[in-house]
Amino acid sequence: MKNLMLIAYLDLKESIRANWFIVYSLVFGGLIALFFIAGITESQVMGFSGLSRLLLMYIQVTIVILPIFILITTVRSISGDRDSHILEYMLSFPISLKQYYWGKVFGRFITVFLPVFMAMVFAILYGMYKGAEVPLGLFFLYTGLLFAMSSAFLGIAFFISSIVKSSEMALGISFFIWIFLLAFIDIALISLMMQQRMNAELIIAIAMINPMEIFRVAAISLFDPELTVMGPVAFYILDMMSQKMFVFISIVYPLFLGILFAFLGFKIFEKKDLV
Amino acid sequence: MIKVINLSKKFGSHLSLDSVNIEFNLNDSVALMGANGAGKTTLIRSILGYYHPSSGGVRVNGLDPIKERTEVLKHVSFVPQLPPPIKLSVSELISYVCKSSGVDEQRIYHYSNAMKFDIRTNLHKSFFKLSGGMKQKLLIAISLAKESEIVIYDEPTANLDPKAREDFYRLIQESKKEKLALFVTHRIEEVQAIVNRQVYMDMGKIVSDEKVV
Repeated sequence: MKNLMLIAYLDLKESIRANWFIVYSLVFGGLIALFFIAGITESQVMGFSGLSRLLLMYIQVTIVILPIFILITTVRSISGDRDSHILEYMLSFPISLKQYYWGKVFGRFITVFLPVFMAMVFAILYGMYKGAEVPLGLFFLYTGLLFAMSSAFLGIAFFISSIVKSSEMALGISFFIWIFLLAFIDIALISLMMQQRMNAELIIAIAMINPMEIFRVAAISLFDPELTVMGPVAFYILDMMSQKMFVFISIVYPLFLGILFAFLGFKIFEKKDLV
Repeated sequence: MIKVINLSKKFGSHLSLDSVNIEFNLNDSVALMGANGAGKTTLIRSILGYYHPSSGGVRVNGLDPIKERTEVLKHVSFVPQLPPPIKLSVSELISYVCKSSGVDEQRIYHYSNAMKFDIRTNLHKSFFKLSGGMKQKLLIAISLAKESEIVIYDEPTANLDPKAREDFYRLIQESKKEKLALFVTHRIEEVQAIVNRQVYMDMGKIVSDEKVV
C-alpha cells in the first residue's frame, strides 16, 4: 500500500507539471468562465435558467470532450513509459506490478477528475457570490456522473495502454474509440434504425452499452423527463425504466466498465513482457 | 546466485536467446560481451524479470524473478545503458528509490559526491533535463548506495568522460561488500582490471565463458 501511494503521488506530481494538464485545466475552467461571460446564467431555454442552465451546458460539452481528453492524456501512461525505457528503470526497484499499475491508475484518476470537478465547484461558488440559486441536487448528480465517466474512460485508456507496444498506436486507437462511441449516440442510431430496419431492442441495447449515450441521457433526463430534445433511443430507454433507476445505472455502469477495463489492462500488463 | 536454465526467448520469429545455460555466483565479476544483437540485453532483462521466457527459466537466489519480483529486486541494482527520460525531479527520484528500496538517502549523496555530481544544486531539476553524464552519475550513485548483492551494469560508462569512468571503476573496486557484478560491455580493456570472468555471446548463445586472473 505504501508503494502504491508513492507511485500515485509521484504520478500526480509529474502530471500536474505537464503541459497537457495545464491545457486540460484551462479548457474546463475556461468553459465555465466563458459561460459566465456569455451570460448563460441569464438566458432561459425550456424553463432552465441560472446555474442549472450553466451546469447543463457544461455537461453537454463535457460529454463530448472529456472522453478524448482522458484517452489521449492517459493512454500513453504505460505504453509511453515502455517506449522511453522509463519502465525498465523504475521497475528495477522492488515495486510489485500491482503497486505500480494501480498506483498509476489512482494518480491519474485524481489528475483527470479534479480539474473537471473543480471547474464545477468554481461555477457554484461564483454563482453563489452573484446571488444565484444553487442547484445542489444537480451538482451532486453531475459530480457522480463525471466521476463515473472519468472512471470509464480512464479504465479504457489503461487497457489500451497495456495492450499496445507503442504510444503512437495507443493514440490512434484512442481516437478511433472516441469517434466510434460518439457516432453511436442518437444520430447514428436513428440512421441505422431507418436504413437497416433493425430491431428497436437491439438499437436500444447498443445505446445502453455506450457510456457516452448513457451519460448524455442521464444528464438531460433531469431537466427534460419528456425527452423532447432527445432522440428516439433516449425516449425508449426512459420508457423501459424509471428515471431514478436510469440515473443509478448511468453512474454504476460506467464505474463498473472502468474498473473492468482497468482490471483487464492489469492482467495483460502482468502477463506481457515489460519492456 | 543466478541460474539461467535452458533459457530461450523469441520475439516473433527472431530467436534472441537460444537455450542459454549459465550460472553466476557470489564474487563473480563478469564482463558480458558480444556483438550487437548477440542477446546480452535480453539475458539481462530476463534476469531482471522483464521478459517471459519462451522456454526454460531463470532463478535468482532460488527465486523466480517474474513471480517473486519484489523479493528478487531487493537484492539487485541495475544501471541501464542510456538513462531514461524520467520526468520526476531529482529529489522525487531519490525519494522513490529510498521509499521503495529502503536505501539510505545520505549514501546516495555520498556516492554522488564521489562521482563528482552535486545533488543539492540539482535537487529540484527534472531528471531528464540533466546532461547525459550527470544522469548516468546519479544512476550509478543510486546503484552503489543500494548496496545490493547483485549489481548489473549495461554499458554504464557510455555517457561518462574519462575522469568519471575512473571514479566509477574505483568506487566499484573500493566497495568491500561481497557481491556478484555483471558488466555488459563492448570495451573489455575498460573492465579488465575489475572482472574475473569473461562471457561472450553470439546469436543468442554463450560461445565462450572463461575465468581470468
